[in-house]
Formats: sequence, C-alpha cells, structure tokens
Amino acid sequence: MTDRTSAETLNRRRFLGAAGLAGAGAALSAIPALAGETAKSEALITEVQDWQRYLGDGVDKHPYGVPSKFEKNVIRRDVPWLTASAESSVNFTPLHDLDGIITPSGLCFERHHGGVAEINPADHRLMINGLVDKPLVFTMDDIKRMPRVNKVYFLECAANSGMEWRGSQLNGCQFTHGMIHNVMYTGVPLKVLLDEAGLKPNAKWLMLEGADSAGMNRSLPIEKALNDVMIAFAMNGEALRPEQGYPLRAVIPGWEGNLWVKWLRRIEAGDQPWQTREETSKYTDLLADGNSRKHTFVMDAKSVVTNPSPQAPLKHKGRNVLSGLAWSGRGTVKRVDVSMDGGRNWQTARIDGPVFDKSVVRFYVDFDWTGQELMIQSRAIDSTGYVQPSKDDLRKVRGVNSIYHNNGIQTWLVRSSGETENVEIG
Amino acid sequence: MSKSANALTLVLAMLLLGGMNAPGSAQQMANRDTAKPAAKLGLGRAATAEEIAAWDTDVRPDGRGLPVGKGTVKQGDDLFQEKCASCHGEFGQGVGRWPVLAGGAGTLKADRPDKTVGSFWPDLSTVFDYIKRAMPYGNAQSLTNDEVYALTAYILSMNDIVKGETFELNEKNFTSIKMPNAAAFFEDDRETSEKQFWNKNPCMKDCRPAPKVTGRAMSIDVTPDGKSGPKVE
Repeated sequence: MTDRTSAETLNRRRFLGAAGLAGAGAALSAIPALAGETAKSEALITEVQDWQRYLGDGVDKHPYGVPSKFEKNVIRRDVPWLTASAESSVNFTPLHDLDGIITPSGLCFERHHGGVAEINPADHRLMINGLVDKPLVFTMDDIKRMPRVNKVYFLECAANSGMEWRGSQLNGCQFTHGMIHNVMYTGVPLKVLLDEAGLKPNAKWLMLEGADSAGMNRSLPIEKALNDVMIAFAMNGEALRPEQGYPLRAVIPGWEGNLWVKWLRRIEAGDQPWQTREETSKYTDLLADGNSRKHTFVMDAKSVVTNPSPQAPLKHKGRNVLSGLAWSGRGTVKRVDVSMDGGRNWQTARIDGPVFDKSVVRFYVDFDWTGQELMIQSRAIDSTGYVQPSKDDLRKVRGVNSIYHNNGIQTWLVRSSGETENVEIG
Repeated sequence: MSKSANALTLVLAMLLLGGMNAPGSAQQMANRDTAKPAAKLGLGRAATAEEIAAWDTDVRPDGRGLPVGKGTVKQGDDLFQEKCASCHGEFGQGVGRWPVLAGGAGTLKADRPDKTVGSFWPDLSTVFDYIKRAMPYGNAQSLTNDEVYALTAYILSMNDIVKGETFELNEKNFTSIKMPNAAAFFEDDRETSEKQFWNKNPCMKDCRPAPKVTGRAMSIDVTPDGKSGPKVE
C-alpha cells in the first residue's frame, strides 16, 4: 500500500486543495522540545503583535455574529454529481470540524426536494384534518401559545452513507457521514395539537405535508405521533433556519430524516398509510432478492470517527485525540468501542458530555501515536443491546442495492505520514 | 471520569435543575407530563370546507381522494412532450440525472437495478398524488385533474401496463390497475431478520485475522472535485 501512482497523488492534491486543506499532507511536526532541553524563542511571544497593540472592532461590527475569518473552511459542502439540480439535492455537515454534540444551525446539512420555501411566519398556517372531531387551522401565534418543550435529537437522512454500500467511495467523513445533525428543538408535543382537534378512534396513521414546492408528504403511525413527536419552531435557541423548515417543522425522534417534514402546513389523520412517493419509490430498502422493505423508519445504531479522518489527518506523532460521534434511533448510546487495527482488537472509548435519548454522543480516545499505520474503526452499542455491524455483515443481509440505512462500521486508514483515507478492508 | 460516573453526574445535574422526577439517562422522558394541558386549549379555529378542499389533494391506493376526471394516453403523450420530456425524456428514459420513469422491468435483482415507475413503484395512486402536488418541477400544482389523469395514463403506457393510445384513465377504473412490483414490498422486519446484531458480548480481542485494504475511495476519485461519478439516487 506504500506505492501510490502519480495520478492518484495528483487526485489527492486536487481534493485537498478543493477542501481547503493545503498543507494537510505536509511532513509531520517534529516532536517538541522536552522540558529541560533548549527551546527556540518565538517572535509571536517576543514581539508585540498587531492585535496586541491596535484597537479591534467595536461592538455591532456584526449585529448577528459570524465565525472567525480563520474558520472560513468550516462549511457545508455538496457532491455535485449526486443530483440533477441544486433545488432537489443535499449537502453535508462538516463533522470533522465540529466537537461536542450540538451542530451549529448554519452547518446543519440541507436536503430539499423543491428548494427552500420562503414563508413569512404571519402567512403560515397549519391545518389538521381527516379523521378528527373538528378540523382546525392554527397560526404560528396559536402554536406559540401552547405548552412547549425543549429536546435534543439527531436527525439523520436515511441515505447517509448510501454511497458507500459497494465500497469506499467518498474521501471524507463530511461526505460519508455528514447527512446528520444534532440540535436542541423548542416546540409543542404533537399530541397537544391532535388533542385540540380530537382524533377519531379509527385514526391509525397521520400524513404530514410540507408547504414547499415538492409538497413533501409522509405517513406516520399514530403510536409514534402520540409518543415523542413534536412540532418545532426553534432550533438551538433561535427560530428554525429557512433551510431547516422555517417557520415550522416536524421532529420525529430517532426516525429517518425524510419524515421530519419541513415547512409543515398540514396533518391529516387516516386509517391507513398513504404510500407516498417518498415512502415507496424512495426510502425503501431494495434487498438482493429483489424484494423491498418499507416503513424502515428507525435509524439503527451507528458511529463514525471524525478525527482523524481524510479531511482531518494526523499532524503530530506522540499525543493525539481521537474523536467521534455515535447515535441510535432506538434509545441512548450505551457504549462506543474503537479499534486501531481494523477490528481485530477493541477498546472502549470515553463518552463525554450529555447522553440523551435519540441524540448523538461525543466520544474520545486519548492515545499516543508512534507513526505506525492504523486502521481506525468505531462501533456503537445502544440501550437495546444492538451492536453496530461491520459493512460485510450488513451486506450479507441487505445486499448492496438498498441505498438507504447503511449503518456499517467505517474504516479509516492512517498512513505513517498521518494522511488518512477511506478504505474498505477484507 | 468513567462513562457511568459521567451519566450519573448528568442525572444529578438534571435533578438539581428540576423537571426530572425519575432517574434515567433519557432527557426526553422529563417533560411530557408537565407539557400536557389539563384540558383543551381552545386554540386554532375551524377549518372551512373550501380550505380543506384546497389543500387536501392526497390520493391513497384504495382510491380515496381521487377527484372526478379523465385523460387518455394520447392526451398524456402530448402533455408529457410539452411539460415533462425536457427532464424525463421523450419516452421517460430520463435526461442526465433526472428520474427515469419507464423500463427496467426485471432488473431489481440485477447488479444495477433500474427502479422506475413500471419496474418498482408498488401503487398507482402514488403517481397521481405526486404529479398533482409536485410536478412539473418548478411549476407545481399547475396541472388540472384531467391533465394528471392523462399523464398518469401515458406513464402506464410507456411501461406497457396499459395498451393503446386511446386508453382512458379516470376515477372509476383507476383502482383496477395493478402495478407489477406491488407484491415485492414488505413491512420492516429488522428486529427479527437482523436479530444477530443484538449481541450481549461483542468480541474485544483477536476478533478477526489481520485485515487487508481491498478498496480505496481515493482510487475511485469521485470526491467533490472529481469529474464524474457513478449514478445514485
């Protein structure tokens, strides 16, 4: 694996340049001088720097604050060849640049089917009709007068890692795993709204419908709707971002992202599912025998090491922090194991930060690296005892054509240079 | 700090902050009782019949929601060439990466399945519902019910599910048409068919032979700056 063709090297350089990672493949830093050895003085310390002498920007330079200009590469990115048009497309959360468990609102991946609907909240209406005692129309003001709750949940697109079924394809965890975000929502339990309308006893399913030009519609079983579904108007303490469904979206904890209808305008109660486009021709899992699973709502336990990863290679020998995310649609993440040798041996990672139901957790392994080649993997174990499977084990059951719900274990190969790439192992 | 100690700290913190009346790592249990209103809130107003009719256009496989209307294959063909073919192709073959609507019969077990309306979609109502709400792309909800019937008829014809350009689809014969792949869908069974993934004692030491690299994303070279890539949905 040490001989790389010149074409591959060129391709890699192009990628690194495009991703704003110039220098990522440079030589590893020297081991810093140990205590007691002679160190060389740095001008950064011995000379007065501009920012130490001159006044900086005053308040209100940015009435709505923005990240430092030195963070300009921390952005969502898309994969242009995936889709026919930007209005029906997806981009990806830069997981390798983030830490903790909350995804900043402006970095949450986007998936639209008819572009971002621009709706003045004063003009937004939510209708509840169908098998209810009294069909109702709510304004945003009505909804904000209802008892509200705050919950942290992950939202993962069912197609996250969908390009990786047949083998390693995209070189970066942003692209392989970036169709996920984890946000604190403020909103109203859906049950509160349904109680206002009064569900009829034969109401077994709901259809949620968006106000966008795709009129996105999905069927939702009533048990889930009455359990933990909420109608959210805020994320991370402020109004939903337009691309996340402003002014109102559905939150369907632990279930595939397509169900979380954005720009939510209508909820219809019925006695059977509607079999909409997005729950039949899409978001169903075609198996090797030609049959297809449908209503595969729950997102199975999954994890990914975000650092190191292809866009965030190792830069130093010696002390390093391995970091990653794990989640499960079935409950909480109970444990995360990490392997440095491609799954031969595992150690349990340290989870730090809140462990919430149907939210991501952040995990770490603090380790010393001597420069040897690593094959890094992680596996999540959830509160139901589900253990994230290897890609091979998943393919044995699902084949390679299901597109959706790929929660197989990811492998990153770290070379002795620190360079890290997405590989398939056997 | 160990993970369990960490979780305990979190629970204690939540207890101190109030709102949590039972131990457990799940935040999400906490608020349902307190958020549940004692009685109806009296918020919202009655939806009018006209409003419901304007928004409730959805159609189900049993035909519920189908409007009165009709359209022939020939009428659908003319409309399709005018309003749809620029993306979907003259015969539903798809232009570029836009969705293929016709063909693909018998490919679902193949290495590269061709999932079209004819080869894959289980319910005809889905075609009507989707065209009515979302097509043409960029000019949604601009088609009359008769036009949607005609386009649906043409898509059936392209897939050899109905024969002849005089065939007329309407609200009366709609549910008599069966889609070829309807029987191939089944409800999520992962908890039984994949029960081996629930494992009390996952292996920690010497779990497999030394792995070898068998594939590399870099050699496929389709990461964003790549010039081309395989077709996916």
